[in-house]
Amino acid sequence: MSAFLTKRLLYTVVILLAASLLIFSLYAWTPGDFISGNIKLTPERKAELREIYGLNKPVLERYATWMKHAFHGDLGYSLAQQKPVLTLFNEYIWNSFLLAAVSTFFTWLIAVVIGVVAAYKQYSWFDTLVMVVIFGAMSLPSFFIGLFLIKILAVDWKLLPPGGMLTTGSNATGIAYFREVVRHMTLPVVVMTLLGIGSLTRYIRGNLIDVLKQDYIRTARAKGLKERKVLFKHALRNALLPAITLVGFELPSLFGGSLIIEKIFNWPGIGQLYMQSFGLRDYPLLMGFTVLIAILTVIGTLLSDILYRVADPRVRLQ
Amino acid sequence: MRDLLTIENLRTHFFAPEGTIKAVDGVSLRVREGETVCIVGESGCGKSITALSVMGLAAGSSGKVVGGRIEFDGRNLLELDKNELRTLRGHEIAMIFQEPMSSLNPVLPVGEQIMEPLIEHLKLGKKAARARAIELIAQVGIARPEQIANAYPHELSGGMLQRIMIAAAISCSPKLLIADEPTTALDVTIQAQILDMLRRFKAESNMSILLITHDLGVVAEMADYVVVMYAGKVVEEGEVTELFSHPKHPYTKGLLRSKPILNHRQDELYAIPGQVPNPLELTVSCYFHDRCGQCMDVCRSREPRLREAGERHRVACWLYEEAVAYV
Amino acid sequence: MSAISGGLPAADTPIARKESVRTSLWALALRRLLQNKLAMAGGIVVALMFAICFIGPLFSPYTDNKIHMALMNKPPNWKHWLGTDALGRDVLTRVMQAGRISLTVGLASMVLSVFLGSLLGAIAGYYRGIADQIIMRIGDLLLTVPSLPLLFILGALLSEWKVPPEDRMYIVMLLLSFVNWPGIARMVRGEVLSLREREFMQAATVLGLSARRKLFRHLLPNLVPLLIVIASLNIGGAVLSESVLSFFGLGVMPPTPTWGNMIDAANNLIDFQQRPWLWIPPGFCIFATVIAVNLFGDGLRDVLDPKQKR
Repeated sequence: MSAFLTKRLLYTVVILLAASLLIFSLYAWTPGDFISGNIKLTPERKAELREIYGLNKPVLERYATWMKHAFHGDLGYSLAQQKPVLTLFNEYIWNSFLLAAVSTFFTWLIAVVIGVVAAYKQYSWFDTLVMVVIFGAMSLPSFFIGLFLIKILAVDWKLLPPGGMLTTGSNATGIAYFREVVRHMTLPVVVMTLLGIGSLTRYIRGNLIDVLKQDYIRTARAKGLKERKVLFKHALRNALLPAITLVGFELPSLFGGSLIIEKIFNWPGIGQLYMQSFGLRDYPLLMGFTVLIAILTVIGTLLSDILYRVADPRVRLQ
Repeated sequence: MRDLLTIENLRTHFFAPEGTIKAVDGVSLRVREGETVCIVGESGCGKSITALSVMGLAAGSSGKVVGGRIEFDGRNLLELDKNELRTLRGHEIAMIFQEPMSSLNPVLPVGEQIMEPLIEHLKLGKKAARARAIELIAQVGIARPEQIANAYPHELSGGMLQRIMIAAAISCSPKLLIADEPTTALDVTIQAQILDMLRRFKAESNMSILLITHDLGVVAEMADYVVVMYAGKVVEEGEVTELFSHPKHPYTKGLLRSKPILNHRQDELYAIPGQVPNPLELTVSCYFHDRCGQCMDVCRSREPRLREAGERHRVACWLYEEAVAYV
Repeated sequence: MSAISGGLPAADTPIARKESVRTSLWALALRRLLQNKLAMAGGIVVALMFAICFIGPLFSPYTDNKIHMALMNKPPNWKHWLGTDALGRDVLTRVMQAGRISLTVGLASMVLSVFLGSLLGAIAGYYRGIADQIIMRIGDLLLTVPSLPLLFILGALLSEWKVPPEDRMYIVMLLLSFVNWPGIARMVRGEVLSLREREFMQAATVLGLSARRKLFRHLLPNLVPLLIVIASLNIGGAVLSESVLSFFGLGVMPPTPTWGNMIDAANNLIDFQQRPWLWIPPGFCIFATVIAVNLFGDGLRDVLDPKQKR
């Protein structure tokens, strides 16, 4: 296990370094920078600013500087917002996390319940209905369904606010604040749950159907156990085991926010921050965000592998 | 001896897109108290489905018991509701399977899997069930039962797992134990130990055993009474000594001939020619006719009935029908 | 239910039948696909969508793309079933023309990424060693970089290179394939690795067949079912990605219409709130196409990929 871990960790670091270099170079090649976008500046001032920000140095040198700072826990300074990138992340990331955590919770809850029932009643009308809905959910263009629901529920029926996290100019506190946030996050959570539910339900249903065919399920039934126990103790545990690996894969979306959803719903999360900064070419922020996601991705993958080994007694000892 | 299990004219069919598969088609048999009955036949002859039908586990998405009676200890199992049947399973009728490796849940410790029927049927508490499970593990001849109870299936050998399966099966002192090829997947030395153990438990508790096997060696060692099945039907049945010394059906004879005998070197091992017929292509006939060395015209067009052929000995073959001459 | 199949009579096919086993496998798959109502419904919708988008505009009187000031922003009516846009163009015609582009981009990028992914995956899995290392490490790298920012950056690069709008769709195809191939390569490599170890491949080795013959006669035919499944499920993803890119103005640009950039109308507050006919129809087209493709692909998976039985 420790040999496996060391090897995996090393590889993870190498991949991360390579990925950060790739991302850095791509951003460096991306046309335009923060300064060229500002039409108020004179050419002399622009050159001066480029000198200050080091934008006129070769890419590799800039990358080396960035990396050196990054190792010291400094992701640089946002040009547009004039704040350290990490400070900004800390301001926005928790809003993203709130949205992602709540919708992940609902996604798993609903997916497990529906997946189990559909698998147990395979080929029933309920199962067929679930399959159609699952495919529907998996086929939704995220930005379109977001816009569509805003149009129907917020614009036409005025049931929910169309976007943001608080009503503009609101200074509610305590319970009122809480209620306001809940009202604002309802729509994005619904959309994110809808988008996530399809593949997970399908996964759980598929796994459970396979497990229900196993010999040990027949044994459990032959022992005269109640169907509920056969299903939830013997079958579900085996079916959810591989799903543990998915927990790791959720990591980037938990903290990385959702670019599209946050943009559509104007949610003050880190994804929305990225989308704004992309237009402004605020490189330190863009770079920091992309590397953050890359880090979360590799950590998530690593976590999945470890979790799987911990959870499955068959591989635990190897 | 009292009849414990009586199966009459059982028919279990599977409905595939290609047609109906009559896996069990009119099987009747009887298991008396304290008796070991063996069902013998090649793989695919319907013996496992017969057993699963008794357990109420043959019905699934595509299979169904379509007719017959299964009477166990005075109750018709086919008329019980799901819950009544469930409380019988693992309690009064227990079953062990061919593949101990895959028949135990990989993510639960084996001890817990033995405890389950104790908690479910005997209403033992967790502690008592655990103590009893450890006793049972010791009874099936496994050393260090406390540690083994915490082991996961992949940590144990096939032979040990089959012992665990037996421990779980006998935990509630069932009246009938159905053993579906219990030794097929095991080494020969382990086979003998497992069979010994089954015999011992049977003697100790007057349990009946319905043993399903294709291995005539196992039959000779275990059976009081033998039922030979072919393509979903019983072709011959009788007490073990009678059947082994005077087999009547050409199929039974073939099976006995193809069994290698120790210290009895044959130049060529006998094998019954041909294969089990495709269950979708069966027509009214003796299903064995195209593999039979003594096939007659009538065998191709009419189905022989099971008839008395001696003391507790019945056979379904046109060779022994007096009517043949007049057809 | 192995309990049952274990006891089921082995379906022993008479020897005479085994000669036609290859064709009958495909025939069997086709028959089972035809029986899958959901998959067939999906297949029909996909076919209809293609037919309408490619043939439909031929019957439309509004294909000139000219600006008609008098017809600006009309809601749906008998002459213009889905209304008109800000330039007085018929939305239905635009949706069909956009469908041509979106479907072509989806299809082409699928072909390209499946080709690239399966080729690289098969090489990696079959030859192992250094080729495997290089291909899979590059794949890992691309999978580590989040795909949406990657697409955004590449899209922005495109804008800078002043690619003519009518050529942008080809570049978008390349982009999507570039992002998609590593996942496919991984799957194909895994399949090749497991096929390599199977008895029939070992038998081929024992028989002393050449590497080429083993690869082309024994290995690749066994990959075909997997590839068909991957391909069918990939189209949906490609159509979705294209629409996201175009919606954010980084994919195919107006005046070339695609479903994604038509929804861009929703970024205009008045169009969003008061002229839903401008952006809802293309959204539904994306949805209908993708769900139909996915249903069909899943049906294919059911009949072709034994490991993924539902």
